[in-house]
Amino acid sequence: MTPEELQKVAIIEQESQEQYDHRIHVCMAAGCLSNRADLVKQQLEKQIAANGLERRCTVKGVGCMGLCAAGPLVSIQPKGIMYQEVKPTDAPDIIQTLDKAPIERLRCDTAMPFFKEQKKVVLENCGLIDPERVEEYIAVGGYQGLLKALTEMQPAEVIEEVTRSGLRGRGGAGFPTGLKWSTVAKAQHPDGRKFVICNADEGDPGAFMDRSVLESDPHRILEGMAIAAYAVGATQGYLYVRAEYPLAVKRLKQAIRQAERLALLGNNIFGTPFSFNVDIRLGAGAFVCGEETALIASIEGKRGQPRPRPPFPAESGLWGCPTLINNVETFANIPPILRNGGEWFAQIGTEKSKGTKVFALAGRVKNTGLIEVPMGIPLRRIIFDIGGGIPDGRKFKAVQTGGPSGGCLPERFLDMPVDYESLMQAGSIMGSGGMIVMDDTSCMVDVARYFMEFCMSESCGKCVPCRVGTAQMHDLLVKIIEKRATDSDVRLLNELCDMVQSTSLCGLGQTAPNPVLSTLRYFPEEYEALVQAGREREAAGSNGSAMHVAPQLKPNSTQPQAHVDSEVTP
Amino acid sequence: MSLVAVKPSPPSNDKRWKIVDATMRRHGHEPRALIETLHTVQETFGYLDDQALRYVALSLRTPLSKVYGVATFYHFFTLKPQGEHACVVCMGTACYIKGAPQLLEAIGQKYGIKPGQTTADNRLSLLTARCVGSCGLAPAVVFDGEVVGRLDKSDTLARIEKLICAKPAEVQHDT
Ligand SMILES: Cc1cc2nc3c(=O)[nH]c(=O)nc-3n(C[C@H](O)[C@H](O)[C@H](O)COP(=O)(O)O)c2cc1C
Ligand code: FES
Repeated sequence: MTPEELQKVAIIEQESQEQYDHRIHVCMAAGCLSNRADLVKQQLEKQIAANGLERRCTVKGVGCMGLCAAGPLVSIQPKGIMYQEVKPTDAPDIIQTLDKAPIERLRCDTAMPFFKEQKKVVLENCGLIDPERVEEYIAVGGYQGLLKALTEMQPAEVIEEVTRSGLRGRGGAGFPTGLKWSTVAKAQHPDGRKFVICNADEGDPGAFMDRSVLESDPHRILEGMAIAAYAVGATQGYLYVRAEYPLAVKRLKQAIRQAERLALLGNNIFGTPFSFNVDIRLGAGAFVCGEETALIASIEGKRGQPRPRPPFPAESGLWGCPTLINNVETFANIPPILRNGGEWFAQIGTEKSKGTKVFALAGRVKNTGLIEVPMGIPLRRIIFDIGGGIPDGRKFKAVQTGGPSGGCLPERFLDMPVDYESLMQAGSIMGSGGMIVMDDTSCMVDVARYFMEFCMSESCGKCVPCRVGTAQMHDLLVKIIEKRATDSDVRLLNELCDMVQSTSLCGLGQTAPNPVLSTLRYFPEEYEALVQAGREREAAGSNGSAMHVAPQLKPNSTQPQAHVDSEVTP
Repeated sequence: MSLVAVKPSPPSNDKRWKIVDATMRRHGHEPRALIETLHTVQETFGYLDDQALRYVALSLRTPLSKVYGVATFYHFFTLKPQGEHACVVCMGTACYIKGAPQLLEAIGQKYGIKPGQTTADNRLSLLTARCVGSCGLAPAVVFDGEVVGRLDKSDTLARIEKLICAKPAEVQHDT
């Protein structure tokens, strides 16, 4: 493909879109699909045919529109009307009112803060283009970033541009991306091979940002990876995707085939000496495989166990070669940075955290879904304006970010800006973007136990502090919840947190205590109440009988509030 | 005489082994193809049995202990056959705090099985997942591959009944 041909594909596609008076977009991402958006699309197509409107309207499946809570979502372009909770039976009404006033009963207000407060960079195409057609990606400027890099820039200039943007890794730790790229670019290997890996393992339970990007805009990731490969001097890339995401895998496979057909991947891309191929590797349900050295072991066909660093993958990674590993969202930021320049990107966000961040907003909040906000936005704006607050008249209690490696923040942090440093200081982390809101029905000790159980069963078992320490901490938390714990148990828990944090081999163990530490710090009264209840019981009855009763109590049955609300479903 | 390994023959005449062979061939029968191959075996046969592990080990010239190690390390692989229908309850954070444990308990009570078990009549396997990526619709359950969100106890139980009462060919998506 030549630059002129790329332009031509874009123009033909734009013209073919513009010939329609109405373009109906139906969300076909996982959330809406599970609400049978596919049937909605089918009915809309049938109605168009039945009314002989094929030349005036078209229906297309698009990626995530964000407001998963109100799916299936349908939007009508270019008018910009959005309908929510659409049923297949609504199709005739929708088609018949195309030239008239919109249907009020289905209308989704696009002026509400959920849409207005967001800033889209990574998600700019999500919900607008059909992820299964490369032409649509090209029509909105796709592969222009790669074209510019390959034809107008030296690899070092590409790295400079990324460094100038201030982009930091979105996989959790926030490592400066430009610095990582230049390390890989400088690294040498006797046989000259280098690799680029996209980390799409998304292990945080309760997060779905990467999945949505992969399902809604897969070519953006391929373009980002190709630009990175050019910058660091790699010719082979791997996409490591969770096997639990079959739709994402299917769309990626399709995207790779399409890009190969158009010679946007393969040999001599855009007629330059640069060649790049991408293969998919499936994860197999191990959280630790999100850790970079474990991920590399997994691609090599081994058990996903981390190894000590250094050497870092940038120097010695896959098959011992220099390897660049970045997260999905990191790669997704690359094409716009190349197209618009690093300076443009650096204007968004705060001094140390540039750009935007995608969050998967879930839990006890009205508008659950996928959002993208500029860095530095206060938590309150996310939860109460964009998220619409807490449903069922309940009270906000905590927000969890960073998954099993993160922490729970109470109300007093609501006005804190969301950036890497602030979250870290408060005892949580940015993480990959899971944001789970909890109301007063959640017992924080049980939340800590939940995450500890997760880390315990996900520990790969290689190092003792993590393998044994997480199990011991889990037992202590169960003991506290079952009201069998004493003050010395709480002390021991504190000490174990410290030990596991400072002596574990990889990030899994090092961060496993975070949920416990943050809840101990911000919700000590909940621990205290449970320990106090244990003391009272011990005082009241003999030790033996208390031991006898305890094992029958399940963690959940000891949360007084949780019981009240266990039946409430949104 | 050169040590040319004899190509092992598949455990049975089942034609599906051809699919497994194709995966291994695509990766040049390199040991690194282990995980990809196990994925193919599980996709084709539903689970990894003893025979399959031995065959893969021989074909990829990898010690059986290593194959077993990998098969048991990753949660996605299962060494036990599943029941006719599978119900996977998401126990990810979003689902957990929106009542997934209660769903699990209700299913367990009604069918007398714990997560990871299959009913005696082999009709239903109950499983849990870390997160199925539909957190916005929590709590989510996957019924035979179909993700359904925003469930409560009675919905869940009704869907399972429908699932196990329908003959495989008649499973209908409701709208
Ligand atoms: C236990 C553990 C799990 C991780 N899981 C993920 C993950 O699911 N996705 C991800 O992108 N990074 C994950 N990471 C971070 C990666 O090791 C690595 O830092 C990241 O992929 C680098 O990409 P970035 O620089 O673009 O952030 C995890 C780290 C640890 C220690
Ligand atoms: S937590 Fe259940 S789908 Fe993510």
